Amino acid sequence: MLMRIKGGRVIDPGNLDGIMDILIADGNIVEIKKEGFADDEYPEARIIDASDKIVTPGLIDMHVHLREPGHEYKETIETGCLSAAFGGFTAICCMPNTNPVNDCRQVTEYILQKAQAADSVRVYPVAAISKGLKGDGLCEYAELKEAGAIAVSDDGNPVQNSQLMRRALEYSKGFDLPVISHCEDLDLAAGGAMNEGGVATQLGLGGIPNASESIMVMRDIALCELTGVPVHIAHVSTRESVRAIKDAKKRGIPVTAETAPHYFSITDGAVKEYNTNAKMYPPLRSDQDREAVCQGIADGTIDVIATDHAPHSFIEKQVEFDRAANGIIGLETSVSLSLKLVENGVISMEVLVEKMSTNPARILGLENNLLIGRPADITIIDPERSHRVNADNFKSLSRNTPFDGWDMKGKAVLTMVGGKIIYQEQY
Amino acid sequence: MQFFKKDILDMESLSVDEITLILDTADRMKEISERPIKKVPTLRGKTVVLFFYEPSTRTRTSFDIAAKRLSADSISISASSSSMVKGETLIDTARNLEAMNPDVIVIRHSSAGAPHMLAGMIKPSIVNAGDGMHAHPSQSLLDLMTVRENKGEISGLRIAVIGDISHSRVARSNSIGFTKMGAHVILAGPLTMIPKGIEALGVSVTGNVEEAIRDADVIMMLRIQKERQQNFLFPSEREYSIVYGLTKEKLKKAKDNVLIMHPGPINRGVEIAYDVADGPYSIILDQVTNGVAVRMALLYLVTGGARNADAD
Repeated sequence: MLMRIKGGRVIDPGNLDGIMDILIADGNIVEIKKEGFADDEYPEARIIDASDKIVTPGLIDMHVHLREPGHEYKETIETGCLSAAFGGFTAICCMPNTNPVNDCRQVTEYILQKAQAADSVRVYPVAAISKGLKGDGLCEYAELKEAGAIAVSDDGNPVQNSQLMRRALEYSKGFDLPVISHCEDLDLAAGGAMNEGGVATQLGLGGIPNASESIMVMRDIALCELTGVPVHIAHVSTRESVRAIKDAKKRGIPVTAETAPHYFSITDGAVKEYNTNAKMYPPLRSDQDREAVCQGIADGTIDVIATDHAPHSFIEKQVEFDRAANGIIGLETSVSLSLKLVENGVISMEVLVEKMSTNPARILGLENNLLIGRPADITIIDPERSHRVNADNFKSLSRNTPFDGWDMKGKAVLTMVGGKIIYQEQY
Repeated sequence: MQFFKKDILDMESLSVDEITLILDTADRMKEISERPIKKVPTLRGKTVVLFFYEPSTRTRTSFDIAAKRLSADSISISASSSSMVKGETLIDTARNLEAMNPDVIVIRHSSAGAPHMLAGMIKPSIVNAGDGMHAHPSQSLLDLMTVRENKGEISGLRIAVIGDISHSRVARSNSIGFTKMGAHVILAGPLTMIPKGIEALGVSVTGNVEEAIRDADVIMMLRIQKERQQNFLFPSEREYSIVYGLTKEKLKKAKDNVLIMHPGPINRGVEIAYDVADGPYSIILDQVTNGVAVRMALLYLVTGGARNADAD
């Protein structure tokens, strides 16, 4: 079957930028033509009109929590994939803090089987750094890699032992498994429920200082320098972390970093009235931090926008603030929130595509460009589409978002994986 | 003036006029407790649930006596006797209580914000009897009442609050309450116990106790909890009492007619010396007496007492 994506502005940073048509046959890109095909060139092709829209290589969210196995009432692999497709993503990386933890071949294979059955976005399992996320011994990376793991991370249970972190970096290198580090000093963060500062003090909630993150960012940069092995810093939230990463990059240390839309969109002020949908780790920070994160995105310090999509049910969220679960969902609001950066002049549309597709692909070692012969993993974005976020319509099983009711401009309107349209908004 | 607040959640949400009305009402209520027959029929037929999720003797007894002196029916529930030990959520427990039609739920909870959450979800009036490190409005109101009673007015006074400010809901509520009423609040303690950004409440902060005491009209000492040593907040009770405890010697720097207060329970010999706690400047037990009057006023006002009286 032939498909022709017609008249869109194709942006594939470093490869393509301009109005062009893409021809897809049997799931693969077979031709890309500037100024488009003549109407009689492929009369049998199904036409997808992309005029006034942005056509990009499939977006990748490299930080997602699918709750299967173990917490299927929050999210299953199937609903997580639907949610990702709805949000414009063609591939997601799922973190290992499931139950059981993804620290062995069986769990990695289980996730991949479920993902195959869901037949939607591509799912790349991230396996644990340490057995059981316990921080006291390495997982078997060779076997995990063979089973299909794409990276390792102890996300959610950050590695406190610096020796273990050093060894994880060195050992993972043998299997080309990138290490993703959740940077948090658990002692400094202990007893905290939100960002340390005026808002926490007034609400009487325990504070988590910026240093609990940056101290570990600096440690991991030091280990990265020591070993020469790249490290990817997850969900950067503080100005000190941004500064440390910027300095490290300047010195040529192979560190990369991501942040999540909530860290550049809102601040700890959102916690007022004890809003548990504004509770996550790391916590929402001050406006100074939010601005530093925006700056880090603009100047290239932060390579990737990833959501840290963390589904929780009402059972975990409609409780006392300090007892509420950490995390918010993000797959279905990420593109719209990130487009605000473009609208506000923080970054260009091309850079946005880098942060959401090119860079995550590079860090993970995935081939994701729009090239002849490649599977057609494509996202179409309508930057002008106004809409109001309604969590009740989310494909995710969970509703824990602080962005419900927000008026947005722009969203993904079509998601295609291997030439198959897995989400399309009527337009 | 009428009182329209459904709930008493914190000092932030009370206006100067509302605070004054509560204090004036409490002044009038105080006399009831001095009668031989300490009971009036004002709240007959009203039901007050005392929902104490965290241990408390003084505050619970005070609310209980306040309810009974106004002829309300009061029922006490503690965490250990509630369904919460069976895993029921706070909201479910509260909705079950609501289904029995109480007029007021007085709640003490270890989590900041718990009373706010309930106030937005259930119909009865919620009176916050202390939530985590957040607020303790009835304590602040009884402190305001006691100071006003002794000094005539609150405006212009210098109030030193000394101790573990970080973990103290009393310090937060009094910072807001006294500042709102025109006093100047100085918070003091080891810097490990001063929370970030507290100055935003309009208070001054110092690590030096003598500086806080100098020229103070009121000195309020806070209880130091032994278990805080585990969080490295202070090295020992011994050193704490020497540097931060209130002694006769340190008291010399205060004004002549200084008032010594403490929300209790006190650690004699730790944050406050024996002779100071029982000394001539101490109004610690007046605070307890006024606590009943303030809580009578709160129960009366949230159940619409003032509105009903006006209607009559």
